[in-house]
Amino acid sequence: MEAWPSGTLGLSPRRETEIDRRDFVKLVTIAAASVGLSGSVAAKMAEAAAKGVKPSVIWLHFQECTGCTESLLRTSHPALSSLILDLVSLDYHETLFAGAGKQAEEALHASMKANEGKYICVVEGAIPTKDKGIYCKVGGRTAVDILEDVGNKAGAVIAIGSCASWGGIPSAAPNPTGAVGAPEILKGKTVVSLPGCPSNPYNFLGVALQFATLGTLPALDDKGRPMFAYGRTIHEDCPRRPHFDAGRFAQQFGDDGHRNGYCLYKLGCKGPSTHANCSLQRFGEVDAWPIGIGHPCVGCTEQGIGFSMPIHATVPIEHATPPDTYPPIKAEHGGVSPVATGVAGVVGGALLGAAFLASKKLTQEAEKE
Amino acid sequence: MTEHVAPAPLGGRLLTKPTAGLLGILGLAFLLIVWRFATGLGNTTALNDGYPWGIWIAFDVVTGTALATGGYAMGILVYILNKGKYHPLVRPAVLTSALGYTMAGASLVVDTGRPWNFWKVPLFWGQWNVDSVLLEVAVCIMTYVAVLWIELMPAICEKVEKDVSLPWLRSLAAKVGKFLDKALVFILAFGVLLPTMHQSSLGSLMLVAGHKLDAIWLTPFLPLLFLISCIAMGYAIVVFESCLSASVFGRKGEEPMLRQLSRAMVPLVVIYLALRFGDLAVRGQLGRIFTTKLAPFFWLEIALFVAALVLILKAPPKVDLGRLMRMGLFLMLAGALYRFDTFLVAFNPGNGWSYFPAVPELLITLGFVAAEFLIYLAAVKRFPILGGSRA
Amino acid sequence: MDRRTLLKGLATAGAVAALPAGSRAEARVVHTPPEEMKGLLYDTTRCIGCKACVAACKRANELPAEDNGMPGGLHDAPLDLSGTTKTVIKLYKDKDESSFYKAQCLQCIDPACASACMLGAFQKREYGIVSWDGSKCVGCRYCQVACPFNIPKTEWHALNPKIVKCELCRHRFAEGKGPACAEVCPRGAVVFGKRDDLLQEAKARMAAEPTKYVPKIYGETDGGGTQCLVLSHVDFAKLGLPDIGDKPAPDLARTVQHGVYKGFIAPVALYAVLGSVIWRNRRKEEVAETQEERP
Repeated sequence: MEAWPSGTLGLSPRRETEIDRRDFVKLVTIAAASVGLSGSVAAKMAEAAAKGVKPSVIWLHFQECTGCTESLLRTSHPALSSLILDLVSLDYHETLFAGAGKQAEEALHASMKANEGKYICVVEGAIPTKDKGIYCKVGGRTAVDILEDVGNKAGAVIAIGSCASWGGIPSAAPNPTGAVGAPEILKGKTVVSLPGCPSNPYNFLGVALQFATLGTLPALDDKGRPMFAYGRTIHEDCPRRPHFDAGRFAQQFGDDGHRNGYCLYKLGCKGPSTHANCSLQRFGEVDAWPIGIGHPCVGCTEQGIGFSMPIHATVPIEHATPPDTYPPIKAEHGGVSPVATGVAGVVGGALLGAAFLASKKLTQEAEKE
Repeated sequence: MTEHVAPAPLGGRLLTKPTAGLLGILGLAFLLIVWRFATGLGNTTALNDGYPWGIWIAFDVVTGTALATGGYAMGILVYILNKGKYHPLVRPAVLTSALGYTMAGASLVVDTGRPWNFWKVPLFWGQWNVDSVLLEVAVCIMTYVAVLWIELMPAICEKVEKDVSLPWLRSLAAKVGKFLDKALVFILAFGVLLPTMHQSSLGSLMLVAGHKLDAIWLTPFLPLLFLISCIAMGYAIVVFESCLSASVFGRKGEEPMLRQLSRAMVPLVVIYLALRFGDLAVRGQLGRIFTTKLAPFFWLEIALFVAALVLILKAPPKVDLGRLMRMGLFLMLAGALYRFDTFLVAFNPGNGWSYFPAVPELLITLGFVAAEFLIYLAAVKRFPILGGSRA
Repeated sequence: MDRRTLLKGLATAGAVAALPAGSRAEARVVHTPPEEMKGLLYDTTRCIGCKACVAACKRANELPAEDNGMPGGLHDAPLDLSGTTKTVIKLYKDKDESSFYKAQCLQCIDPACASACMLGAFQKREYGIVSWDGSKCVGCRYCQVACPFNIPKTEWHALNPKIVKCELCRHRFAEGKGPACAEVCPRGAVVFGKRDDLLQEAKARMAAEPTKYVPKIYGETDGGGTQCLVLSHVDFAKLGLPDIGDKPAPDLARTVQHGVYKGFIAPVALYAVLGSVIWRNRRKEEVAETQEERP
């Protein structure tokens, strides 16, 4: 599989691989570490790559903006990205291919045949299901058919981006095309979902690297999302959390709180309900991410939140945690209600008074006799 | 020579202005009780985790039963010490006791969080924790309530025999009455044993509070102090209630008998006071009664006991009903305050907890008191409870 | 019947009651062998007040957040242990010193709550953990009166209120997990283990840095000893831990109660005396009445 895809980024493969073995291993280690794989795994990866063992990747595009691919392309530091792409064999990718039409289709079928049961099928974009799926057709076939064909014969299926994971933007109300995610189509098959808009490319790299080297997939949650990236919410790891815990909020864009970098919860931040690792694994190679630049998280990874809830609507806090204040050892509990004191006084006084009056009356009556 | 006149119903209208008022209070309390069960204790009471026991325990149960020991005190006097001349006072005392203990039980149903498990307490004797003072109090009180109503059965049977038209019911009542007459010894013995046990244990209840109970009140003598004061309160309530009845129903009072009865309280109060001060001295707490913040409550208790004592000792030979009533009232207040202090005022869980009963809580207690009055009034008007002696 | 006979009878009953006798032991608190006891060791010098334990406890026990007036209901802000809070971090702060304190049930070796409970709803179960069984609870709240540390809490707003307190996450033992608080503590300020081991560890820490700690392990002997121990750099009283002496908390009540009711002898004897006195009095009355009727 040398013809393509090495160098499909338009960079000559020869240039990238002109590094010595130690730097190679170092770079692989950095790549592995950035997605949470250990040093020993990195060594295995380097070994496998040196042997020329490269699993196939077939990348399908459906209802998408190609943002996830673009995001992945921007994980360079060029050497790193192409290096990692050197660890796999990208056998079909509509964006990156030089060829098109029948040539591309032939490459797809050839790769499927040669690597049946072993290739990684990556899905980008949602799949329309309304009206028998005619709203997205490639090479005369509907997206549903393509996915059922390619996906079911794959060794692993990765849905990159919210669109492929659960329908994303195309599925926003009223969802005119009946857009759904890949797991909906490939029911019964394990689909690794990597929602996001775009998906954080390093999450994809981590999953792909693990499967490429170890042949295993990372631990997934009940929605098929890798726990290492989607196991916690934005809120849990947000650098502005101390402001939330202290009750310091930006109330309006541009106010003092906003300028001071306070918590954006009141501006509609969906962080508490959104599972993703954006606060830890940033974007654009410059540590940028929405909350960091002062915009509340819109929950793009989370079905039912992203492209569904209004951006500035607040979410309820499940599993609330303590604020940054402490109760004292001796807390003030209960108080004496003045009304109750009054009632008690009146009632008690009335009863006692009545008893005394009755006794006085008896005494007077006796004295009369 | 004094003759006993057999007890007889007083007759008269059941619904009067006072009873209507009492019914109104009872109705309000009933609604509040429904609200308590519908929304939980937190919404209707001021009870909290520092003060889990409030006036429903301190007053309704502890003080309420102590004020309902008339049957017990009279039982000792008439059946043990064989002072038969006090016999006319027994039935009304037993009625008050039955009502007081039943209302205490009803208060417990309202106060406990899971009253639907109550039936397990007497029946699950395999699960009994014999270390628990409360268990003994609970089982004892449950049994005693039954005993009290059995002690009232003769009055009920008499009424049924006389006034009910169904002949089979009349003969049943007669048979029951005869059986009770034979079994009286066993029942009366319980009627003296059980209160001895649980009235003293009501004091023992607070032993487990340890450092949370102020040192003036925390003593191993708590059970004995509670027992002695409750017997005194038993006589006090009989005196008070007799005077109140005489006043309300315009009946002739039993001044000489009541005067002698009140003198029975004297040795009890003297022993009580000696025991309290002696206990404080032995435990080295005498200094505390002058220094602690709660000292005024201690002194108020003592003052009320002493006031009662002085009133009794200084009573003229021809003491009037009003004065007798005040004597009883002071002693009742003294014993009540002692119990309030032991269970509430001197109980301090620390860490900033405080408690004062909430309005619904107070009104429900008032409702129970109103119920007691109502049923007492209805009972003496329709059943042979009140008798008397004719000079 | 005369007063002498009565007093004699009562004196006999009293004397009999004082005799030692076996008593039926139904559903009494079963005490745990010391080597099986497990608990927590909390070290105030290591606690940074991060409250990870509070959050973890809420999740592990599925307890809801407490509002307590923090704006917007966004936080879980318990002020104390409660029907929805099984552990809480409190702050003691004075001019010169301060300390955090992690409040939770101290798992007494001889618990007052278990001694007080009528039907034994509170029992010491595995590892001596003091645990509540709702099927035997009538909600009398005597356990709350009894506990010297005010630990058991009632669900005041529930229609079927539970008694709530830390039970060292015993529901997680089957999964091989221990208490959630000890699991998440980032500094090992609270650790879970056998009481003997924890005592040893506590003593070792005090020996290694004697000036760092107040020279006492709270819970070693307090109230008869507790399975959860506390090491502190400030006086324990300032943390809200009272000086209750070394006798078990339920001791006084137990001694008095059993002293009077041992083997149920005294009540039975008293009943016999009362019964005989009443019977004799009635007989005398009957005789007197028949005498009157005779001409």
